[in-house]
Amino acid sequence: MQNEKLIIYSTFAFLLIVRFSPITTLLSLIKMPEIKELNRIASQIRRDIVRMVHACQSGHPGGSLGCADLFTALFFSELQHKPWNFNMDVQGEDLFFLSNGHISPVYYSALARSGFFPLSELATFRRIHSRLQGHPATLEGLPGVRVATGSLGQGLSVALGAAIAKRLNKDDSLVFVLMGDGEQQEGQIWEAALHAGSRQIDNLIGIIDYNDKQIDGPVNEVMPLGNLRAKYESFGWKVIPLNGNDMEEVVEKLKLARKEAFSGQPQLLLMKTEMGQGVDFMMGTHKWHGVAPNDEQLASALAQLEETIGDY
Amino acid sequence: MELIIQNYQDTRSGFGAGLVELGRTNPRIVALCADLTGSLKMDAFKKEFPERFFQVGISEANMMGMAAGLTIGDYIPFTGTFANFSTGRVYDQIRQSIAYSGKNVKICASHAGITLGEDGATHQILEDIGMMKMLPGMTVVVPCDYNQTKAATIAVADHQGPVYLRFGRPKVPNFTPENSVFEIGKAQLIKEGKDVTIFATGHLVWKAVEAMRKLREKGIDVELFNIHTIKPLDEKSIMESVKKTRCIVTAEEHQKYGGMGESIASLLSRHLPLPIEMVAVNDRFGQSGKPEELLAEYGLEAQNIVEAAMRVINRKEIG
Repeated sequence: MQNEKLIIYSTFAFLLIVRFSPITTLLSLIKMPEIKELNRIASQIRRDIVRMVHACQSGHPGGSLGCADLFTALFFSELQHKPWNFNMDVQGEDLFFLSNGHISPVYYSALARSGFFPLSELATFRRIHSRLQGHPATLEGLPGVRVATGSLGQGLSVALGAAIAKRLNKDDSLVFVLMGDGEQQEGQIWEAALHAGSRQIDNLIGIIDYNDKQIDGPVNEVMPLGNLRAKYESFGWKVIPLNGNDMEEVVEKLKLARKEAFSGQPQLLLMKTEMGQGVDFMMGTHKWHGVAPNDEQLASALAQLEETIGDY
Repeated sequence: MELIIQNYQDTRSGFGAGLVELGRTNPRIVALCADLTGSLKMDAFKKEFPERFFQVGISEANMMGMAAGLTIGDYIPFTGTFANFSTGRVYDQIRQSIAYSGKNVKICASHAGITLGEDGATHQILEDIGMMKMLPGMTVVVPCDYNQTKAATIAVADHQGPVYLRFGRPKVPNFTPENSVFEIGKAQLIKEGKDVTIFATGHLVWKAVEAMRKLREKGIDVELFNIHTIKPLDEKSIMESVKKTRCIVTAEEHQKYGGMGESIASLLSRHLPLPIEMVAVNDRFGQSGKPEELLAEYGLEAQNIVEAAMRVINRKEIG
């Protein structure tokens, strides 16, 4: 009887550790098992991405796959929030904004698998009357999404406003915002970057998915970004470069950013990723930015991605 | 309503007065301004509540996004810049980050229309009402004088959802009662009458009062409404009035295309097609000049409203 209870309790504790972030910090002493577990979740999220995009024959698999490790690290390790009790205007919790809204598949998978909404809802992606719109939206009331994004360049400003609201509320939790690299070509990004740097908004953590791919080709051919690190630094940001497809490094650099918050500067995680990461034929090209795989390609992709915690 | 000019004041000063009063009564009010604090009369709020005032510099797109973000911390942001930079310049930011996202942002827009004067067409937006009224869920409010702009500023804070609040630069007759309650979505009956209904908004409400007096000399009994809320339109009051008078003049400092007159014409065409004349800018850009000169040049004077009323009454009588 006691053994039975112990098993139930330990299973429940394990699920909490896996799904909900604050507790995972307890696991930081035994680092490798956590990274291994996070990689298993990332593999499942990658399966979700290709299956979702295949099912509706539309969506953006490339950038989603490239950011699967980041989303896993954020939603299963770093973010301190309560997925089971989503409140649009919550205080005292970390906030995450996705500015490059087209990588909604990875966002929805991470949200569902971390407990924001039922996993089965992933099957409704991009279908009529779904809460899982092509690009993230608030209108249908999808838990986890706080602003509509898709038209690029706007998320950093919204995150900045939310970070300022936290300062006014004397709330010491953090605001994270993911942007695309091509998105850095939007002028509004630099308005917001200037404001955040000049006003020392140091509870704001920007992340750039630097995969060097956009619709028309390599970012640094379509419109070269130059020295992005130097640009942000000159705007008053602290820049942390990292490999966004190395789970251990992603977890470590997110923790570093939290540690360095409230030091008088906004921070930018300049995250090198591989578009299409995990599916060989989607890697090394911009062609899979916004194209869905056919049945054969889906089978090939799934063969490369281990089913770890169960398909939706 | 007693129609006596109390003084001449700019509607933007009414906004400034309303904003500082809101600051005192509601700690969740915050204000953002894009380098036009003096022009928007936001100095008093800035001075009294420096921690709740955000100077964003000349970056209106960022200001709209920041305002959306501030609502997530449960604040009620009021953005302040010229009407041109509050709408056309930032339309996509308003559409996606504010309107589609259902954010409780109050977009406060000064120097609307041609009465901005000497700065010319680059700054004289005449398309803003059209752009804003097309956005689902957006409330569009255009008060007519200082007292009403102050009251409207206070009222929109209590309204849950995005609001576009439009006001102007020049000193104009201040004639509505001081400290009256502003009811969003309720057409304001200024005078009952039976021969023609004039629906006016913003600066042209007083022009319509002047027109009404001239028409009375001709023996014409005007019913006059101030349509201070263009969206949602007070369809009930409008329909009740036109059923009685059976002809309509609309008057506004905006393009004919997309303005208040178009909203009313659309309503009538669906329910009760009747003769209608629109006093508005007819598909032209503005230009430099004094406000009064421009109102005359673009056909927005009391005399233009009188002539429109005579035409529309004539059309009604011909049947």
